[in-house]
This record gives sequence, structure tokens and C-alpha cells, in this order.
Amino acid sequence: MTGADFQALLPLVALAGGATAVMLQIAFLRNVALTTAMCLLTLAVAAGSCLAAAQVAPLQVTPLTRADPLALVFCVLFCAAAAATALLSRDYMASHGDEPEEYFLLLLLSTLGACVLAYATHVAALVLGLELMSVSLYALVAYPHKSILPLEAATKYLVLSGAASATTLFGFALLYAATGTLEFTALGEQLGRATMGPAVLLVAAAMVFAGLAFKLSVVPFHLWTPDVYDGAPAPVTGFLATVSKAAVFVALLRLFLDADLFRYRILVEITGLLAIFSMLAGNLLALLQTNIKRILAYSSIAHIGYLLVVFMVCINAGNRGLAVEAAVYYLIAYTATTIAAFGLLTMINAGHSDRERVQLQHVSGLLWRQPLLAGLLLVALLSLAGIPLTAGFIAKFYIVSAAVSGGHWVLLAALVLGSAIGVYYYLRVVYYMTRRPEEHNMERQTVGGWGIHAIACLLIGVILLLGIAPQPLMAYLESIL
Amino acid sequence: MSLVVLILLLLVGGLVAWQAERLDTNLPRWVALASVGAALLYLITIVARLPAEHFSLVPEAQDGTTWLLHLKLAWIPRFGIALELAMDGLSLLLLALTLLLGLVAVAASWSEIDFKPGLFQANLLWTLAGVCGVFLALDLFLFFLFWEVMLIPMYLLIAIWGHENRAYAAMKFFIFTQASGLLMLLAIVVLAWQGLAQNGSLSFSYFDLLGLPLDGRLAWWTMLGFFLAFTVKLPAFPFHTWLPDAHTQAPTAGSVLLAGILLKTGAYGLLRFCIPLFPEASLHLAPAAMALGLAGIVYGALLAFAQSDFKRLVAYSSVSHMGFVLLGLYAWNSLALQGAVMQMVAHGVSTAALFMLAGALQQRLHTRDMARMGGLWHQAPRMGACAMFFAVASLGLPGLGNFVAEILVLLGLFAVQPWLAAIAALGLITAAIYALWMVQQAFQGTPDEQRRMEDFGVREMAAMAAMMLALLWLGLYPQPVLDLAQPVLDSLQGLSGSGL
Repeated sequence: MTGADFQALLPLVALAGGATAVMLQIAFLRNVALTTAMCLLTLAVAAGSCLAAAQVAPLQVTPLTRADPLALVFCVLFCAAAAATALLSRDYMASHGDEPEEYFLLLLLSTLGACVLAYATHVAALVLGLELMSVSLYALVAYPHKSILPLEAATKYLVLSGAASATTLFGFALLYAATGTLEFTALGEQLGRATMGPAVLLVAAAMVFAGLAFKLSVVPFHLWTPDVYDGAPAPVTGFLATVSKAAVFVALLRLFLDADLFRYRILVEITGLLAIFSMLAGNLLALLQTNIKRILAYSSIAHIGYLLVVFMVCINAGNRGLAVEAAVYYLIAYTATTIAAFGLLTMINAGHSDRERVQLQHVSGLLWRQPLLAGLLLVALLSLAGIPLTAGFIAKFYIVSAAVSGGHWVLLAALVLGSAIGVYYYLRVVYYMTRRPEEHNMERQTVGGWGIHAIACLLIGVILLLGIAPQPLMAYLESIL
Repeated sequence: MSLVVLILLLLVGGLVAWQAERLDTNLPRWVALASVGAALLYLITIVARLPAEHFSLVPEAQDGTTWLLHLKLAWIPRFGIALELAMDGLSLLLLALTLLLGLVAVAASWSEIDFKPGLFQANLLWTLAGVCGVFLALDLFLFFLFWEVMLIPMYLLIAIWGHENRAYAAMKFFIFTQASGLLMLLAIVVLAWQGLAQNGSLSFSYFDLLGLPLDGRLAWWTMLGFFLAFTVKLPAFPFHTWLPDAHTQAPTAGSVLLAGILLKTGAYGLLRFCIPLFPEASLHLAPAAMALGLAGIVYGALLAFAQSDFKRLVAYSSVSHMGFVLLGLYAWNSLALQGAVMQMVAHGVSTAALFMLAGALQQRLHTRDMARMGGLWHQAPRMGACAMFFAVASLGLPGLGNFVAEILVLLGLFAVQPWLAAIAALGLITAAIYALWMVQQAFQGTPDEQRRMEDFGVREMAAMAAMMLALLWLGLYPQPVLDLAQPVLDSLQGLSGSGL
């Protein structure tokens, strides 16, 4: 390996090194503040080293990974999301009696897995990243191990996600048997010459796709989502809903792009069909919920549905640039918004034994009890609903533009219908927040130090900035893709 | 820049009013009054500075240079989106209406709102800012942004300060407008992409998208996206069902804004965007649109007569009156268009006054049920006289603005569709029935002796007097308004070639 290769991999090296350092530190000296600081420092260094890596990008480093601008954008995004998660979890961990240090270690490892996924151009790297990310997440979901809800959620996630990983692996094994290669690009070339017959390829594609769709919680592989979101600590839910999904999405997108799977029209059309199912089912099921975390879980299913629209747009090579750009912008906007939303939920039930469960009545009258918190949550919800002046609107506009450029009217109809349904449940939360003091008897005190408020304000600032002045990011994405 | 300042005055005024509550509960009201007043004065000064001959110039469709005011700043060049605001006679008329009714709304909420008056006035001002933006934006993306943004403060006004069934009403209002708005967004994007295919560059500017040659089917569907969004807002039959709920449940100031100006954004959208952008598709739609207008006039009037709730009656009467606007727009000749514009202004004023009355009654009697009123004239003669005045204005008494509007629409329509005009004229009779029925129920008959109620005070009479004067002016000397709108209407008619 040359110096340039190392430079290109610097973000991964920084994350791995940071994780090792944190591990050693925990072995010798247990100190939450120190661990948090080291975790944040590692993430900052990793994000910063993306700048160095950008100087040599795009560069193929070993057959496994490629450092291109797309990968680096996602590395920065994942590091930022992880840093926000770490900061938002601090108060969670403070009330947690023993050994909160490993939490931050797991967070770093999970971020490393996500970044590897963003770099992956080989099935081995994809599987490694996926497993590193998922296994850390199982433990993160179960971290408050004394309450029953997180344990239940983690068990569910472990069993189902393990099965999904195994399915994906089996699918890749079949692909290898048929083509003799695991590199994305070579895989695409060999597919046309495969000799084992179409049945094997069909089964392989179905298994790979089903496994990854499970991680993305695309309908009909979404059944785990509400339970896991509901049970997991809110900051972890935010991380799970954004980083793990964005990482799998970018890996899937790269697999399709590098292997040029878009020429298999039927495969892409199935993606489109699942997108429609996700948009409609996610939004419809969210209507029935009274638990805000479950509402957000179903809403995240719908959002993945909106995002999958870009796969259909990619069929036409001329629109591929816009489609990928739309997907990246959407993921950035969605990550900022979702982390902010879950971060704010962490503050609502702070100090209660059942704090994982945030019901609608818990936010009743929040606007009068905690105006700042409610205002921030309002912006996050409006962004999820795709109302102008927020990042969510620009993101939805991007997807609509991409779909219009490809003329996918059925998908657009589902998108409009889904968004219209979605408005109802987001507004329901808003309505509960604005209920007058005489209409509710909420005595719950919401707490959270100034730090947590500052990070929430920062995230909301990002959402508004991306909604009001999106041009710099758009221009940057257009220039690199 | 002056147009940006106008919108900023309202936005910043809202922020100040919101925070002013910390100092004193009365301060937000003064801040709101001052900020709407300042915006109105500012509008007058910038208009007064323009040379008089500008107002008779026909604005051109190629670019904004011949408009009264025009501003274009790059905003999102990636998609060719600009911060493009422009004002012509039509926008000026509607802006003036918006700000005047804004003053009325502040006056109407003065003593009604005790709960968090700061946030209330802030939402009121932000709604006004959004509406001003809608009337000024000429970039379709920016137009959609204002279109959506004005909904949120309005939603909060209904959801927080509304009456007993406010959650349902606010939600219904928002979902109807948002769902139809999404279709419009889709139509806007389709239109811009057609522009890209034909002009080679992506732009959302009104001027770049006007006169785009479109394939018939595509033009039809795209036009429907705009048409739906605007007719839901107007509202036209059968998309009117959100209106009675929203108007009835909203606080008085909210009803004044909704009926007075938010409905006009729908009519404005049809006039400015839907018909000029798709002249041929609109031609095909015209019979159906006129039928919807007619159905609205008759159906709204029938339902208005069947109401026992004062506010619901006024709300259904709006459906009926906005039917005339739809008829006038799709008749698409000078007379009918003048009538439609006149109806927007006159209906805005008369309905705002009626909702203010309804609000005052509810505040005093704690009911909107007309069966529990009766004989109020004896106890509150000033209110009775005001109610009578605006009821006859609403039924189209000659000498008041609404008469001029409706007669112009009917005259214009008669030239195109005599039979439709004949049926639409029935609307004048039914309006007389429900308007007089309302006065009879609430204000005449034997009064309840137990009831003690306060008549209108100085503040309320001032607002009422201003609106009476406006209606008298519109009814007796409508020429200045017609002159202001005429060049714009000529220009818009020029865009559709031979006309609809």
C-alpha cells in the first residue's frame, strides 16, 4: 500500500484507532467524561481526515474499498450523526448507574461499520461493515439492561437482523458460485456470462435484496421496526434510524451502480413496487399509533419508501446523476431531522423509569411548559412532513424533481398520497403539544442540561439552513457526483 | 428591495409581538397594530413614489421590467430558482386588501384573545406575511413556498385559539390544502422540466414558463394540478367541505383572515397562474369550471339558508359568493374578469365584517346559535345596524361593492353563456333570502329580557365604519379599482391569445 492509499483510508484508520484507544482507556481508568471526550475527539478527527482523503479521491484502495467523494460525504455525515448521538446520550448515561463507558465504544464501532459500508466496493467489505455496525447496534439497543423494554427490543432485533444477515450472506454465496467473483464491478460483468442458469441468480438476488431490505425496513420486511424503535433508548433509536439505514442504502446504491444492475429492469421495478408499499403502508400504519416513537418508526418506513424512488429514476442513465444527488441530499436532510426528533424525545421523559415509552399525552401542552423544546420539535416534525423552509421540503422537492425527470407517475402518485396522509399524524403530535394547560394534567418535568439544548438548537439550525439556503450543499453534491 | 421590506416588516413584527408578551399582555396587540399599520403606510409611500402613468401601462409577459415593481435575486441557481417578487395593479389591490383586513383582524382579536396574546398576534402577522408573499411571488417555487408557509400559522390560530371542535377543523383545513398543494408542487415541477426540455435551461420563473408549448394531455393534467390546489382554497363545490368547519371553529380574527384574504389567494392563483399558463387546457375546462361555480352558488346558498349557526351561515354564503368569482374567471372576458376582481375585494370586506360581528356576538352571548339570539336590535342597536348593512351588502344591494361585482360577472357571463348567467342570477335571490333570514333570526323578534349585553364600542365601530366606507366607495365609485386592474387583465387576456 502506498501513502496515498493510507491517506484515502484515513477516516477508517482514525475511527479504528480511536476505538482501540477508548478500549484501552476503559481497561485502565473508568471515567465517563474522559471516554465521551475521546469518543468526540475520534469522531472529529475522522471527519476532519475526510478532507485529507478528499485530496486523493477518487482512489480504489485494494479491491475491497474505494475512497470517492460519495463515500467521504457519508463518512462525514456518519461521524457528525454519531457525535450528536453521543452528546444527546450523555444525560441518558448519567442516570444509568454502572459502566456507561462501553456505550461510547460501541457507538464508535458502529460508526466504523457504517463508514466501511460507505467505502465498500466488494461483497466482503459490505458484509464486514454490515456486521460490525449491526452487532454493535444490538448491544447499544439493550444498553439500559435493567429495563425490560430495551432488552425485548434488542432480542427481537438480534434474532431478526441475524437472520437477515444470514440470508444476505447466502445470497452472496450463490452469486459467487454463479459468477466466481465478489467485486461489484466484476460481478456485474460476469452476471451476463453466468452459466448456472437464471434460477440461481434469481434466488441469489432475492436473498441479497431481502436481507438488505430488512435492514432498511422496507415493507414487507418492516415488522421489527416499531418494536425496536419503541424499546431502544431514544438516542440509539435516532442513530439506528439514520446512520444504519443511510449506510445500507449507500452500499446498496453502490452495488447497483457499480454492477450496473439497473439494466435488469424487473429487479428495479420490484424496488419501485416496494417503494410504493413502504410509502403507503408506513404512512397508513402510523395513523394508528399513539406512541410517538412508533409514529416515527412508521414514518421512517415511509421515508425509506420515498428514498427508494430514486432506484427507478436510475433506470435512465441520463437521470442517474440527479437521482443519486437527490438520494444523498435526502439522506442528509433525513439524518439531521430524525436525530433531532429523537434527541428531543430523550428530554421529554427524562428521569422516569419508563422513559423509553413516549406517548402522545406526554407531549400534551409542551408548547406552554417547554416552549423551546416544543418549538424545536415542531420544526423537526414539519421537516419530516416536508413543509417548506425546512430541509425535509427541499429533500422531497429533489425526489419529486428526479421522479418527474424520469416520468414515473405511479411512484409520484404514491408519494403525494403518502405525504398527504403523513401530514395527519405529524400534525397530531403538534396538536397535542399546543393543547392548553386546562386540557391536560401533565406534571412531568422535562429536564436536560444546556448542553443537550445547545445540540438540539444546532440540529434545528442545520435543518432550517438546509431548507432556506440549500444552494451550497446542492452545488457541492452536483460537483462531486 | 421594497417588496422584501414589506414582508419582513410583518415577519419581524410577529417576532417582536411574540416576545413583547413577556413585558405586558397588552403590548403584543399594539405591536401587531403598529406593524400592520407600518406595512400599510410603507406600501402607500412606495406606491405614491411611482409615476402615475405606470399604472395605466399594460405589463408585459416577457419580463418584469414593465411591472410596477420587480425584484429578482438568485436563490437556488442549481434548479434555476430565484427570489422573484413583482407587483402589478392586481397584486397592489390584493395587498391593500390584505393589510386593511389585517388591521381589522387585530382589532377583532383585541379583547377576545386572553390566552397567550403574544403568540396569537405573531401567528396573525406571519399569516399576513405569507399571504403578501403569495400575492407577490412570481417564481413558482417561491409561490409554492409562501402558499404552504401561510398555512402553518393559520393552522396554529385555529388549533390553539379556536372553538370547541378546533382540532378537527384545523386538521381538515390543513390536510385539504396540503394535499392539493402537493399536486400543485408536482405540476410546478413538471412544468419546469418541460421548460428545461424546450428552453434548454431550468427555470421556475413565471415569465420563462408562460407561453410554453405543451403537449395536450400533459398540459391538461398539469393544469389540473394547479386548478385543484386553487379551487380547494377558493373553495369551489365540491371541495368546500373544509371551509364551514374551519371558519366556524376559528377565532374571530382567524375567520376574518380566512374569509377575507386566504380564499382570495385561490382566486388569485387561478387568474395569475392557472389560466395564463395553460390557456388551451383551461378552454377545455371552462364549461366544467363554470358548472362548478354555478353549483357552488346554488348549493352554498341553499346550505346557508339551512344553518342555525351564525358563523356557519356566513361560511356557506362565502361558498356561494366565491362561485361568482369562478364563473367570472372562466367566462374570461373583460367585464367578467373585472367582476371577479371586484368580487374578491368586496366579498373580502363584507364577509370579514360579518365574521367580526359573529365573533362579537359569540363573545357576548357565548353561543353562535341564532335560535338563542333574537331581538338583539333592541339591546345592541349599533350591532344591529352594522349587521343589517353588511347583510344587504352581501345580498348585493345596488350602491354597495358586491352589487357591482356580481352584476359585472353576470353581464360578462351573459355574453358567453346566457343560460348559465340566468341560473347564476338566482344566486342574487337566494342570497337575499338567507341574508335577511339571518338578520331576522338574530336581531329581530322579542328580546330575552334576562339578557344584558354590551353594544359595539369605539374600537369595533371604527373597524366597522372603515369597512362600510370601503363598500360604499366600491359600490358608488368603483372606477379607480377597475382602472387599476384593467391593464393587468388586458395583459393576462393577451396571453391566452383569442381568449377562452
